[in-house]
Amino acid sequence: MNSLEVSNLKIGDDATGRALVRNSSFLVEPGSCTAIVGESGSGKSLTCRAILRLNPAGLRQSGSIALGGVDLTKLSEREMRKIRGRRLCLIVQNGMRAFDPSSVVGVHLRETLNRHFGWSRAEMTARMGKAMESVRLKDPVAVMNSFPHQLSGGMLQRIMIALALVLEPDIVVADEPTTALDTVSQYEVVEQFASLRARIGCSMIFVSHDLGVVRRLADEILVMRDGEIVESGPTRKIFSEPRHAYTRHLISAKEALNRRFNHVMGGDDVVDR
Amino acid sequence: MLTVERVEKSYRTGGLFARRRKQVLSGISFEWKAGECLGIIGESGSGKSTLGRLLLGIERPDRGSVRWEGRPADERRARRGSVSAVFQDYTSSIHPFFTVEKALMEPLTLRNKRAAIDSRRIDRLLEQVGLDSSYRNKYPHELSGGEAQRVCIARAVATEPRCILLDEAVSSLDGSVQVQVLDLLRSLKTAYDMGYIFITHDIQAAAYLCDRVMIVRDGRIEETVDVDRLRDVQSPYAKKLLDMVMA
Repeated sequence: MNSLEVSNLKIGDDATGRALVRNSSFLVEPGSCTAIVGESGSGKSLTCRAILRLNPAGLRQSGSIALGGVDLTKLSEREMRKIRGRRLCLIVQNGMRAFDPSSVVGVHLRETLNRHFGWSRAEMTARMGKAMESVRLKDPVAVMNSFPHQLSGGMLQRIMIALALVLEPDIVVADEPTTALDTVSQYEVVEQFASLRARIGCSMIFVSHDLGVVRRLADEILVMRDGEIVESGPTRKIFSEPRHAYTRHLISAKEALNRRFNHVMGGDDVVDR
Repeated sequence: MLTVERVEKSYRTGGLFARRRKQVLSGISFEWKAGECLGIIGESGSGKSTLGRLLLGIERPDRGSVRWEGRPADERRARRGSVSAVFQDYTSSIHPFFTVEKALMEPLTLRNKRAAIDSRRIDRLLEQVGLDSSYRNKYPHELSGGEAQRVCIARAVATEPRCILLDEAVSSLDGSVQVQVLDLLRSLKTAYDMGYIFITHDIQAAAYLCDRVMIVRDGRIEETVDVDRLRDVQSPYAKKLLDMVMA
């Protein structure tokens, strides 16, 4: 497994001259999970897409993004194509938009696997089926033959995770994967993320504004605000002794919700996992 | 007061001429008393938003009745002054060609066609939701999510209803903005002496705001419980739901 090192990443908008991400540097150790938290517009998603080189051409980008020593920003589009999916997997917020609405999800899955492996059709179905069962999708064949609109958001998200299980990437980049889900599906998807990491030993970049989810999954946290990393550190430390005022603000908002909930549930004030 | 009695609702599925119907709500009966804050909790697809539309009179139940102060909800006069609504999708909730001022004027002029509306009233409304008068001339796309939702809340309280129905009103907002909006709702509740019906999948948010929650599953009421007694829920489904909260 390889580490991912982002150094001096700057993203700016050519048209308006605004800096969207200012000089961010961080390291994702092999097998660890780094969470990026912050409010909308803080540059979390831009950072994710910069890693996969998916930002639109109108955005100016500088700095280096090294995956196992190879600078991704210097690769040709053709070489990058091989890395996307196989070594870097992206899981986006809205499952409905991640799949092609005009074909059944099996087509998407087969296309992806075809690009990276020389497997036969039967082998792809068998491997995909096994992975889907492990993320608790019953009847994988029926799921593969369904259109995205026939499946729920939580199911689509779990199909993405199943695909990542088969691809075994070095790094999974998950951009707000649970934000659009209700409590029950969110719980299930988060559990599957945890087991995905345990099973294939990948590293993970997990973007979320839900600190409850982040606390459950992340080893390291980066707090972003207005395109800047204002604080970073191990999860426990960020929660127990946040240094930056903004981090404290984010945590206190979550605590306010927790306190009331724990109070009515009659539990302790802090429930640590 | 709102009375819902034995409400049933189904939709036709599988094309225009298909006979198959999907039962969305069955046997829903409950009461909402003035000033109360009632949470309606359920997973996606449980029928909670359909129930919300029935309460607003946007749709009619197949069977049973929804009554505001004894009058059916689909009667416009019955709803006037009784209920207004705030929805999840703040980007599509305000007419894109309207300024904030115009958006806030709309319910007021509809209610009181002849009387000129005091412009200080708009300022006061904005102030109450934590915005200042500089927002009057802004368009919806210039607002952040939290600001747009505040404008929607201001518009909902403009007619001084007895009840505001909030359908996933904070679910699309960031964590910290969510708490700010919930706090705002709490303070408005006392200022205007009104109640809420808070439809959500977020149990923590419901526990923060509500006095009583109703857990809906597959179109049926699974359990209704006071928030202070949330830990004593009886049904296995409600227990499971509470276990899945990631605090």
